[in-house]
Amino acid sequence: MRRVPPSLAIIGVALATLSLTGIPARSAQELTFSVAISMKEATEELGRRFMQSRAGVVLRYNFGSSGELQKQIEAGAPVDLFLSAAPRQMDELEKKGLIVPATRRVFARNVLTIVKPATSTIDIAKPTDLLEPRVTKIVIGNPRTVPVGQYAEESLRALGLWDKLQRKLVFAENVRQALDYVARGEVDAGFVYSTDSAIRRRDVKEALRLPEDTYRPVTYPVAVVKDTRHAALASAFIDLLLSPEGQQVLARLGFLPPPPGAR
Amino acid sequence: MTDETLSALALSVRVAVLATLANAFVGIPLAYVLARRRFRGRALLDLLVTLPLVLPPTVTGYYLIVLLGRRGWLGAPVYAATGWSIAFTWYAAVVAATVMALPLLVRTARAAIESVDRDLEKAAWTLGRSEWRTALEVTLPLARNGILAGLVLAFARALGEFGATLMLAGNIPGRTTTVPLAIYTAVQTGEETMALALVAILTVLSCLVLVVAGRLGARAA
Repeated sequence: MRRVPPSLAIIGVALATLSLTGIPARSAQELTFSVAISMKEATEELGRRFMQSRAGVVLRYNFGSSGELQKQIEAGAPVDLFLSAAPRQMDELEKKGLIVPATRRVFARNVLTIVKPATSTIDIAKPTDLLEPRVTKIVIGNPRTVPVGQYAEESLRALGLWDKLQRKLVFAENVRQALDYVARGEVDAGFVYSTDSAIRRRDVKEALRLPEDTYRPVTYPVAVVKDTRHAALASAFIDLLLSPEGQQVLARLGFLPPPPGAR
Repeated sequence: MTDETLSALALSVRVAVLATLANAFVGIPLAYVLARRRFRGRALLDLLVTLPLVLPPTVTGYYLIVLLGRRGWLGAPVYAATGWSIAFTWYAAVVAATVMALPLLVRTARAAIESVDRDLEKAAWTLGRSEWRTALEVTLPLARNGILAGLVLAFARALGEFGATLMLAGNIPGRTTTVPLAIYTAVQTGEETMALALVAILTVLSCLVLVVAGRLGARAA
C-alpha cells in the first residue's frame, strides 16, 4: 500500500475534526419561526428583545416566500410560528387544520410600490409608463407562491395591464429576490413592498405607488402552528407583535398598523 | 400533460442539444490542446474548465451574472450598445448548461485522446501530415468513443442543470423554465402529479444516457 502524503493526512484530520465541531447543541427551548421574508428585519429585532427577556429561549428563523413556507408546514416542517405576508396562505393552513385558529391575528399592513434601479433614467410616473419600450424587463414575485406577486398581478389586472405586460415579466422566488434584481440593475422595474424599497435605499428608488384600490390590502397574519411543543412561548411572541413595543418597532421599519377587525 | 409541462420539456431538450453542440465546438479542441500541447497557462486553463464540476452551481451562476449581467464585464458593453441582455432569456439557460457540462466532456475526451498511441501520430507526421490533419484524421477518430461518451455525459448534465440556470436565466414559465426548474416550482406549489411526471421523465432519460455512455465507454476501453 502506498503511504498517504503527510499534507493530505493533516487536511483529512482537520476536516474530520471540523465536521464534529460547530454542531449547535439543541437548546431545551428552541423555537423555529417561519417568516415572510419582507418581515425579516422586524422579526429579528423583536426576536432579540424576546430572547433577552427570556433566558434559555432560542429563536431560529426560516425566511422565504409565504407560499414556500406554507408548503413546508404542509410537508411537516417542525415550525412553531408562522408569519405570513397574506391571508391566503394562512387560510389554506387553517383549512387543513395545521394552525391553531384561536391564536391567529393580523399584526401589520404594507403597501405595494414599483421600484427602479437608482441609476435608471427611465421615467415611470404612472402605471401605463410600464408599457414603454424602454422598459424591457419587470420583476414580480412568482404569483403562484409569492404574495407580493399575487398582489401585483391583482393590481395589474385591475389596471388592464396584466396581459400587455406578459412579455416583460420576470418572476422572483420571494420579494427580496425581486428587490435584488432591481438593485443589481438586471431589470428596469420591480414590484415590492414599500418597506423593502427602504432596505436598499442606495441601489433602488421608488418610482410610483400603485392605487391602493386595485389590490386587496396587504395584511400580515400570524398564528401558532398546530404541532408546536412551545405553544405558550409562540403565543407570547404574538403578544409582543401586537403590543405597543412591537407596533413601535414595526412602525419604525415602515409597516402600517393592522386594519381594525382584520383577521 | 399541460402546456407548461410540454414547454418545459421542449425547452430542456432544446437547451441540452444546443449546449451539447456548443460543447462539441469548444470542448473537443480544448480537450485536444490540454492532452497534447504544453504551453504557458495550461494548468490555469485546465483549472478554469474543471471548476464548474466542483463549485456549487450557484457559484458558477454568480460568476456568469458578474460576467454577462446588464452590469457585467461583458454584459454591460453589450447592453449599452444594443439595450439587450442575455440574463432572463433562454439563451442564458444554454450558456449556463454549456459551462456546467464542459468539464464532463473535456475530462472524458482528454483521457481518450491521451490514451491514443503517440507512435501512430508520429507515423502520420512522418508521412507528411500536418498536426492539424493528424488530429482530424488519426487522433480524434481513434479517441472517438471516449469523445462520444463525453458528449453524452455533457448532454445529461445540460438536461439536468438547475442552479446556474436559475441564477442567470431565472424561472419564467414558458420562457426559461426547464424541466428541473418546473419540478422545483411544482413541488413548491404542491402540484404533485406534475412533479412526479417530470421526475419520471427525467429519470428515464438520465438512465438511457448512462446506458449509452457506458456502452461507448466500454468500446473505447
